[in-house]
Order: sequence, then structure tokens, then C-alpha cells
Amino acid sequence: MTNLAVEVAGIKLKNPVLTASGTFGFGREFAELYDLNLLGGVMVKGTTLNPRLGNPPPRIAETPAGMLNSVGLQNPGVDYVIREEIPWLRQFDVAVIVNVSGHSFDEYAEIAARLDGVPGVDGLEINISCPNVKGGGMAFGTDPKMAAEVIKRVRSRTQLPVIAKLSPNVTDITEIARAVEAEGADAVSLINTVLGMAIDIKTRRPVLANIVGGLSGPAIKPIALRMVWQVAQTVNIPIIGMGGITTAEDAVEFLLAGATAVAIGAGNFCNPMTAPEVIKGLKNWLSQEKIDDVRELIGGLKT
Amino acid sequence: MIKSVKAEIVENKPIAPEFFRMTLKAETLASEGLPGQFVMVKVSPNLEPFLRRPISLHQINREEATVSLLYQVVGKGTRLMSETQKGKVIELLGPLGKGFTWSDSDRVVALVGGGCGTAPLVALAHSLLEDKKEVHVLLGAQTKEKLVCEEDFISMGAKVKVATDDGSYGHHGFVTDLLKNLIHDVALDMVYSCGPLPMTKEVVKLTQEASIPCQISLEERMGCGIGACIGCVCKVRTKDGAFTYKKVCKDGPVFKGEEVMFDD
Ligand SMILES: Cc1cc2nc3c(=O)[nH]c(=O)nc-3n(C[C@H](O)[C@H](O)[C@H](O)COP(=O)(O)OP(=O)(O)OC[C@H]3O[C@@H](n4cnc5c(N)ncnc54)[C@H](O)[C@@H]3O)c2cc1C
Ligand SMILES: Cc1cc2nc3c(=O)[nH]c(=O)nc-3n(C[C@H](O)[C@H](O)[C@H](O)COP(=O)(O)O)c2cc1C
Repeated sequence: MTNLAVEVAGIKLKNPVLTASGTFGFGREFAELYDLNLLGGVMVKGTTLNPRLGNPPPRIAETPAGMLNSVGLQNPGVDYVIREEIPWLRQFDVAVIVNVSGHSFDEYAEIAARLDGVPGVDGLEINISCPNVKGGGMAFGTDPKMAAEVIKRVRSRTQLPVIAKLSPNVTDITEIARAVEAEGADAVSLINTVLGMAIDIKTRRPVLANIVGGLSGPAIKPIALRMVWQVAQTVNIPIIGMGGITTAEDAVEFLLAGATAVAIGAGNFCNPMTAPEVIKGLKNWLSQEKIDDVRELIGGLKT
Repeated sequence: MIKSVKAEIVENKPIAPEFFRMTLKAETLASEGLPGQFVMVKVSPNLEPFLRRPISLHQINREEATVSLLYQVVGKGTRLMSETQKGKVIELLGPLGKGFTWSDSDRVVALVGGGCGTAPLVALAHSLLEDKKEVHVLLGAQTKEKLVCEEDFISMGAKVKVATDDGSYGHHGFVTDLLKNLIHDVALDMVYSCGPLPMTKEVVKLTQEASIPCQISLEERMGCGIGACIGCVCKVRTKDGAFTYKKVCKDGPVFKGEEVMFDD
């Protein structure tokens, strides 16, 4: 029997494949397509203290081997998520990680406090890196002091495992990773989307109403891999790697670079069956390579 | 129920300049699909282009377990669709979204279609006529050559009028001119609309002035097509006079005319 189970930040995952925040809603839509029990975990949509309307449309632009989005954290607010979404997700034997987004240190801390002890929540992914929210969002994730402060505040208000989600839109990601580790982050997840834009030459306007948006998909995979590898060299906490994963081979690359688990984002759009196919493909690849424990791959890069 | 479907192309051929009709062997789509619903089409077997393309169900044939798509080639995705040969198998996701609705009390209805917006109205007209309604169809096209489906509607028993931008066929002008006249001449219980945004807005305006309910099918750029990414939204009025964003793919693509707020 091949072992696929891993543990991240004290959260037991039956396999190392999760779905990335914002690409999977709260799981309801994909539950019509396949059994969510197949997944290692679900990282739900970015959740804020109060409901958020999000940015005006168009919010999506297709780009070579990927896409830009400027959804801007449209979500029903943490209380609704606790009342309506988490109890529904609990029916599945799958780790549920709530993605937390805020405008202020207090907002992050308050959301974390409200989610603390909620049955069915296995961990918090602190999104200090969303590029879409004006007046905050990314500022927290691009300044090591502010990133550290967010994690410190969250840490003091919850018993749940805390995963810091890092932005790639920085000069040195290891600096941020070190800062959040020092304040008690149990793991880091990376990368969030890469800030980008697209222009419609006919109208001479940006394609996105928000002008800029976050790039995701295979186009960012090399950036994500490089950053996972750099962070793995720097910190001792586990890494959830993401950015452009669409196949089991992609997942193996992330594990070799040092990720303990991986998440699938925009790949869910290109093919909604990507996550279960990656899990199956990973199992097959391991047995073909005669590797009996997926953990043997983690950080196994030869340099 | 959303399903990931692999379907064989039974036919894929041009029916007018830029317009193609693709017929697919797809049992679940044929048995579960409703007029106004759509599918997300994987237009190439690899990762490029990255996203699937939303295309409406154009014909739903339960007996033969087929559905047809009518699409206009406007970019690389639809071009790839047009180059895919009969006999090939393509991947689709569907049926998706909320389609058109009708009630027993509606007796006389009008369907307004512009350009490729005519596509879903064929399935709709079919259902409405089966339900014994009096169906008026108003079609708008740039020019006579790009007018599609006129014959389909006539052979079903709908009353069809046409407008072209260049006057090469039917009324010279907008399809909404025809709607204005129809509203004047006939007592309509419901108006259904699918087409370019300026047309949709005008249909909403005319029906509201005449106090006729109307349903409009909207288009927006989509990520997932199933409601998970919240990428394709439109502004919908809330009770307090403000607005909220609803998902075109899941809450729509068909909305009530009066609920949608248009930016000008
Ligand atoms: C619910 C729904 C149902 C649809 N049904 C049909 C149908 O039955 N038949 C049909 O021909 N088309 C339909 N469309 C439109 C169709 O999805 C687009 O024309 C198609 O995605 C374009 O892909 P492309 O790669 O060929 O063009 P691209 O290269 O992606 O774009 C070509 C041009 O089309 C514009 N465009 C692309 N996607 C959209 C969009 N979603 N909304 C508005 N403009 C867009 C771009 O700005 C660009 O100018 C539907 C759209 C929606 C949302
Ligand atoms: C439509 C969309 C919405 C997203 N929303 C969020 C979000 O709410 N919170 C967050 O931390 N990341 C969000 N992300 C980022 C993804 O979780 C992921 O980090 C990124 O897209 C890279 O992975 P990918 O290339 O596999 O998509 C979003 C991505 C997409 C495409």
C-alpha cells in the first residue's frame, strides 16, 4: 500500500492535495461533480468580517496559459460562513481550512477569534496577500513587520493551526516567511496570485474593470516552484505549495521543491476534475516509481 | 445536476458566415437540459486556451439524445470549435445555470434575438410551442447573410419578423423597433430576450414602459461556469435600493428584466 497521508501544521490530510481558496467556493458546486471525500482538504473562499460585495465586472481575463482575476473578495462574511457553510462541509471527511482576509489587524484577529472552536474548522489560512483589495490586502503581505503583526494578533486569538498565505509580489519572499514563522505561524502556503494586467487594444481599455488583477494558472508555475524552494531552504515549518498545478507531475515538482502538500486553484476551471485526477495520478506515479510513501518526495530535490 | 460530459460531435458545419452549428451526442444534456441553460465547452484537448467557453443549448432533442450549439466565430476559442471534426469527442460541463421560465397563464409571448443571441431562443420557442403558446419571434442581424434560424422558427410554427442593420432583409433598423410595434399591436404576456447589451437594455426599457414582464439572458466573462469563482457577476437591485452582485453562471444567465441594474 502506498501512503499518501501527510500532516501540515498538525492537520492530518489523507492525501496531500487540497483545493485553493477562491477557486472552489465552499465546495458545493464541485460536490455535484465528484465526491469531496476524495480530497485531502478544502481551502474555502476568502472570508472577511462583514459581507463584501467585491469588484465590478469584468473580473476575469484569459491570458496565455492562465488567467487574471479581480474578484475582490466577494464573500458573505464570517458569521454566515460559520452558520451555513462549515456545517455543510462537515459532512465530508476532508480537512477544512478557512481563508481569512482583513482590512486591519483587528479585523484579522476578530475573524480568527470567531472561527476558534467552530466544529468542522481544521485550520486558518491567513491571506495577507490578496492583491485585489484597495487600502490593505497586499500591504500586510509585502512588509515583513506587518505580516508578522497579523500573524501575532491572529495567533493570540485562536487555538487553531495558523497558515500564513504569502504573496509572490515581493522582492524577497524568504524574509516574509521568516517573519511569520517567528510569530508562530504553523505553516505557510504559497503562492497567491501574481499582480498583472491585460489590455483590449480595440477599446484601448484594460480588460478588467479593476485595471489590475491576480495572475494564476500554469503561467505562474515556475515562479511558484522557485519560491517554494527558496522558502523551504529558509524556514522549518511546512509549506503548502500552489501555483499552476494541473497534473500529478506538477504536484510532484512542488513536493520535491519542499512542499508538504499542494493546492489546486485555476486548474479547477480548465478541468473541474483536476483535483481527483491529480490524486489518482499521484498514486499511480508513486507505485510506478516504487515509492511507498509520498513523504519521501518532500524536499527531495537534488541540487 | 451539473455533469462533466464527454460527447461525440455528430455534426459541425457552417450555417452562415461566421456561424456554426455543432450537434453532440450527449444523453444527460439532452434529458436534463432546459432552454436558456448553457454548457462550458473545452475547446482544445490541452491547456491552451486555458478557460472553457460558455455556449447556450440551442436545440435539445430528447428522442435522439442530442443537443446542438449554435456559435459565432469571434476569437480563438470559437475558431478551434469550428475546426473540430465530426466524430471527435469533446468535453463539456453542464447543463449549467438557470434557464427561461414560463407559466400556464402566459398565452402570447415574444422572443427577441440579436446575433448569436438567437441560439437559445430556438430551444425556448420549441418548448413554448409545445406548451401551445402563441410565439412571436423578432430577429435582428447585421445583414441578411448573417441572419440565422429564421427557417427553424417558421417551421415550428412561430410568427417571425426580421430586422437588419443594413436593410438587406426585413425591417431596416433595430430589432427593438419591431418589438415596439408588436407591443402596440398584440397583448404580450412575456418577453424573452437574448442578444447584445444595447439591445437587451432597450428591450427592458420598452417592456417596462408597457408593464410587460421580461426575461433577459446575460453574458459575462466566466472562470468556472458553475458558481465557484464568482468571476462573472452582474448588478442586481436589492430591496433597499442598493445593489448586490449575482453570478451570471449560477443565478442566471437568465434574469428578470427589472432586477438587473445596467451601468451607463
Ligand atoms: C451564458 C453564455 C451563453 C453564451 N452562448 C453563446 C452561444 O450560444 N453562441 C455564441 O456564439 N456565443 C455564446 N456566448 C458567447 C461566447 O461564450 C463567446 O463568444 C466566446 O466565449 C468567445 O470565445 P473566443 O475564444 O472565440 O473569443 P475570445 O478570443 O475569448 O474573445 C473574442 C471577443 O469576444 C469577447 N468576449 C469573449 N468572451 C465574452 C463573453 N463571455 N462575454 C462578452 N464578450 C466576450 C472578447 O472581448 C473579444 O472581443 C455565450 C456567453 C455566455 C456567458
Ligand atoms: C478566481 C480566483 C479567486 C481567488 N481568491 C482567493 C482568495 O479569496 N483568497 C486567497 O488567499 N487566494 C485566492 N486566490 C488565489 C489562489 O488560491 C491561488 O493561490 C493562486 O490562484 C495560485 O494557484 P493556481 O495557479 O493553481 O490558481 C484566488 C484565485 C483565483 C483564480
